[in-house]
Amino acid sequence: MTLTLGLTSLFLAFACAIYAAVAAIVAAQRKLNAWIDSARNAAMLTWPLLTLAALSIITLIVQGHFEVEYVYRVSSLSMPWYLRVTALWGGQAGSLLFWSWLMSAFASAAMLRRWDRDRSLMPYVIAVTMITLAFFLSLTLFVENPFNRLWQSNFGGEPTPALFQPANTVPFAPRDGQGLNPLLRHPGMIIHPPMLYLGFVSFVVPYAFAIAALIIGRTDDEWIRTTRRWTLVGWLFLSLGLILGGRWAYDVLGWGGYWGWDPVENAALLPWLTGTAFLHSVIIQEKRGMLKKWNMVLIILTYALVIFGTFLTRSGVLSSVHAFAQSAIGPLFFAFIGVTFVASMTLLFNRWEALSSETELDSLLSREAAFLLNNLLFIGIAFATLWGTIYPLITETLHEIGIYLNIAPLMAIEKVTVGPPYYNRVNGPLLLALVLLMGVAPLVAWRKASARSLGRLMWIPAALTVPALIAFYFLGAKTPVALLGYGIAAFVGLTTLSEFVRGVMARMRLGENPFGALITLAARNRRRYGGYTIHLGVVVMAFGVIGSNFFQVETQATLAKGETLTVGGFTMRFDSVVNFPTEDQRDVIRATVSVFDSSGAQIATLHPRRDFFIDSGQPMTIPGVRSTLGEDFYVLLVDWQPIGASGATFKVYVNPLINLVWMGGLIFILGTLIAAWPDADEAKRYAAAPVRTAASVAGAD
Amino acid sequence: MAQTVATQGAASIAKGGGRMKFIVGGLLIIAAIVYLIATSTQSTAQYFFTIQEIKERGASVAGKNVRVSGAVIGDSIQYDAQKLELRFTVASVPADQKEIDAQGGLAAVLKTAVNDPNAARMEVIYVGVKPDLMKGEAQAIMDGHIDENGLFHANTLLMKCPTRYEGDLPTPAAP
Repeated sequence: MTLTLGLTSLFLAFACAIYAAVAAIVAAQRKLNAWIDSARNAAMLTWPLLTLAALSIITLIVQGHFEVEYVYRVSSLSMPWYLRVTALWGGQAGSLLFWSWLMSAFASAAMLRRWDRDRSLMPYVIAVTMITLAFFLSLTLFVENPFNRLWQSNFGGEPTPALFQPANTVPFAPRDGQGLNPLLRHPGMIIHPPMLYLGFVSFVVPYAFAIAALIIGRTDDEWIRTTRRWTLVGWLFLSLGLILGGRWAYDVLGWGGYWGWDPVENAALLPWLTGTAFLHSVIIQEKRGMLKKWNMVLIILTYALVIFGTFLTRSGVLSSVHAFAQSAIGPLFFAFIGVTFVASMTLLFNRWEALSSETELDSLLSREAAFLLNNLLFIGIAFATLWGTIYPLITETLHEIGIYLNIAPLMAIEKVTVGPPYYNRVNGPLLLALVLLMGVAPLVAWRKASARSLGRLMWIPAALTVPALIAFYFLGAKTPVALLGYGIAAFVGLTTLSEFVRGVMARMRLGENPFGALITLAARNRRRYGGYTIHLGVVVMAFGVIGSNFFQVETQATLAKGETLTVGGFTMRFDSVVNFPTEDQRDVIRATVSVFDSSGAQIATLHPRRDFFIDSGQPMTIPGVRSTLGEDFYVLLVDWQPIGASGATFKVYVNPLINLVWMGGLIFILGTLIAAWPDADEAKRYAAAPVRTAASVAGAD
Repeated sequence: MAQTVATQGAASIAKGGGRMKFIVGGLLIIAAIVYLIATSTQSTAQYFFTIQEIKERGASVAGKNVRVSGAVIGDSIQYDAQKLELRFTVASVPADQKEIDAQGGLAAVLKTAVNDPNAARMEVIYVGVKPDLMKGEAQAIMDGHIDENGLFHANTLLMKCPTRYEGDLPTPAAP
């Protein structure tokens, strides 16, 4: 019953999406207003339909209908209800449906908010969002259907999943499911995928408006102004998703780090990088009417990478070309990315002349030039990251082509991969350059800046950086590269702060108190000071990243009870270990260790543990962490001999300044919220244009 | 992609004297990034080999950064818990998924490899904690390099155990 309801809604949503896309295009071509309204209604109907479909799956999971293959794979009887609800996005089929549901919600919201303001753009906005939605729904329906049931053949063997009963089979219902991968049963992992997906789908909205503008031939920056907040919201969620993902890795994966340049992490980072470049370069288009084509390129790239990222986060494609070929989903995704990319670029080239710049670049030392450099660096990092991510696929494909066509030089290509050292070598210097630019660029004047005025703005931060550098040196940062990094971060932090100080002092001269001045300053120029706050967040994160990367110390040892190990000025004593089962089917081994500082005073008692999930047979290592602003003492229980043997084996990391990564992340998010917060002045500007009220829009339905 | 940056950056600048310096500056930066990518790819490349391929290539792969997988031979596992030194021998397994499927899946391939006296074998040393899943007929996936004596020094060691391999559907118990 629930299954039939869900499946029917899913199918109807697919039909609505297709109808909406076709009707919207026909309506726009033939100027049929009634058709446009019909297309919009169909598009907005997808959301309630997909809500029903998603609720159906959740109901099936919560009720434990293990005859449904997806339910069997992602849930088990021992899982609490909240994990069962979030198991909706625990596997590929459910994730695709969840993605579609979010996409549909955002498309509907865009249509409600902007319907009358951008009437000419809307038909194509409907078409683009609904084609994207229809693609994802077709995958959900025809390739990875979450409503597939299990059927047992009368001739024995493994049951097969299918939507409808195949011949000679009987329904098969396992008594319990496999359960969600224990590594994913973490609060960070429960909210991490929705954050990333929210970020991904929000970027589809500016893309849809950009394509609509290209199709109808509007060359102004209306599409950018309309979608500025969507872009910021998308960017906010992507940033949150990345930070949460890092925190999850640090808490759960047990390797002492938070970012490993894993293909899946890169997949989420790539659209963030191009999206960040886009956020910066649209400012030039708004202020100077330049870079119109380039902004189109950036949003098209971001959309392609969003689809690519959605695909990568849920498939094992990068382990091998063969794994890729095995799943029907891979080629379909690549075909969709290819077709939309080529179509978008063709549209862009058709409008190439019309999108010429209204003004010229004047000087290499200008805000415009700084923004160009910013874009170059972001795209450079994105390209380097993409290259590293797909490098094994490139080499393997070339090798296979060589074998197929019998070309010796291609056959000689070995399958090669690159790891974190590659990314550190390439992206490290580029990121550092970007941080430096982030400090200097806001001080550079538009059009043409003079070295003299720049010097006047920078000499105080530069002078203050010198004592800071000396302090860093004596605090132990003796590696030249790390010292350079700290120096740049300090300088950029000081220049950014000096911008706040200048603004506050200007207002104080008008008689405001400093605190009030800061608040009005930020409230009146949300975008500018929100941006500066984000920059400060990046600086704080940079300190954390440099500290934890260059000065991490680690050790491992097997200790008998009462024995100690020493690492990075700390001493750790192994006190005891206990082993107990839990109600939710875990076998827990929990050690107790005491941590002493260099003076011998006890500073912490930690409990690193290992949880062994009985139903899935998977172990999980949970670190014991003593966290301070200065450093984290991070201990893992990696091995344990049950009776009488030598004791327990621990791996210990001391991660300096790692908390600055999370604190910087919080400042970063705060800054994004300031920049994206609804702005009364902006609302007034829009109110000046004739707009129907939200109530009359809703009433029109 | 980097190329588009240059043409676009150049195109958006109307004709004038200032245009050339932007093109030159942009190209210099792009060249620097490409150089950085190319040299880093080369110096940090990691090769995927089977043990069979390592043996065939002989001395030419010594010292190279390699990722290799093999079937663990149970009797060969020696672990010194005090020194955290793990030594074992692995037998060659095919890397190609189609070939593995053709031979009846990963579990069957690992079993065959361990019991085949003619399969290429390689000794491994790993300094670190012995993984839970380290046992006979498990698959060891290792990053490291091979020395002149044919001993493989693993920097990282991941174990995959076919009985716990995800993706299997349940088989109903016999009535």
